[in-house]
Amino acid sequence: MSTSTKEPRGALRRIAADPVSRRRFFAVSGGTGAAALLVACGDDEDSTTSGSNATTTDMPENVSSQFGEGDLGIVNYALTLEYLEADFYEQVAKSGLFKGEDLALIKAIGDSEQQHVDALLATVNSLDGEAAAAPKTEFPLDDAESVLDLAATVENLGAAAYLGAAGMIEDEGILAAALSIHSVEARHAAALNVLTGQSPTPDGAFAKPADMETVLAEVQPFIVS
Amino acid sequence: MAEQTMKNPQLAAIDIEEMSRGSMIMKGALAAGALYGAMAAGPLVKRAFAQGSDNGDVEILNFALTLEYLEAAFYEQALAEVPNLSGEASDLAKEIQGHEQEHVDALTAAIEDLGGKPVKAPGVDFGKAFADEDAFLELAQTFEDTGVSAYNGAGPLITDKAILGSAGAIVQVEARHAAAIRLLRGESPAPEAFDMELSMDEVLKAVQPFVKQ
Repeated sequence: MSTSTKEPRGALRRIAADPVSRRRFFAVSGGTGAAALLVACGDDEDSTTSGSNATTTDMPENVSSQFGEGDLGIVNYALTLEYLEADFYEQVAKSGLFKGEDLALIKAIGDSEQQHVDALLATVNSLDGEAAAAPKTEFPLDDAESVLDLAATVENLGAAAYLGAAGMIEDEGILAAALSIHSVEARHAAALNVLTGQSPTPDGAFAKPADMETVLAEVQPFIVS
Repeated sequence: MAEQTMKNPQLAAIDIEEMSRGSMIMKGALAAGALYGAMAAGPLVKRAFAQGSDNGDVEILNFALTLEYLEAAFYEQALAEVPNLSGEASDLAKEIQGHEQEHVDALTAAIEDLGGKPVKAPGVDFGKAFADEDAFLELAQTFEDTGVSAYNGAGPLITDKAILGSAGAIVQVEARHAAAIRLLRGESPAPEAFDMELSMDEVLKAVQPFVKQ
């Protein structure tokens, strides 16, 4: 995903319909729920995480091991990702790589991520839970182009992470909140994709989810402690 | 757009100004309805949604199917009718139209898998929305934003987790469409930190003007 193609038109054409995806998609309905869905749709093409998808089938059982059980675990997982994103945009904004309207967009997205952090913290509190600590992060901020590529990668991953987790949320209100964030991450992802010469819809008509393990492996390089 | 990766002039075109949460999409949808369509209520739509109501998930899927039918028809007609559509808008419209048709097919299959009866495609009338590219893209944005809010509102009501996952995979693509169209129009791709949700009734009201008897 980090190698952008610089040809939006071509990219738009490339993502032509995958005739298999539709049946594969809904074929799992009524089956074994989130696990089947993730298996059915989890053929992630991202080369940077080769191997990590092999564990997808085990996901529902140990999904919350790192962040605690149930909805609180999922909210803390989301909180960790939002902390990471908010941090990223804050560092990018300070990097001096962007100016004017570009900088304004970076700040606007970063502001959204911070609002997500705040909302998720409030949700943790409403569950009487303990919030995950903000991770210390470090991102490669070499030049504007690579930073935008990284931003696109992070947003696409974030959208996939929410999609992967949505089916495991039990509380209706928390699910509604997660969905309202999920589609905003998708908007960020699509916009950054377009701006970096990629298709706004790289998965075609149906977005692919990512499981927690895959997502955490992807963001690990940016977490210092 | 192809050579602008470094400088990102599109970024400069984006309107960052804050809009009050929630009010915008619904107002936009209703205003678009008043502008482009007849204001007559559409009993056909209500009838469509009443089918298969013994299964909540089927009802929601039929609701989604009707929206996807509307969207697919909208882009299909736009591609045929909007004069002098730019290459960029045309490429995007084709891509989106293909996705909406795939959503129609997938939702139809899912409803059948659940033993439900898929609603028929509604008759549509988009009024003057295809007069020019600006009018088309403006209504396209409204449709996509409304679609996002429709799925977000219906999502928590879905019982079957696999269906929820599938609906999530669709709403993410609707959100991506919305952002792409907004970029093309020089609008903020994500005007709010949280996309609002709309109830099925609210969505119905918003799309009724485009549904023909």
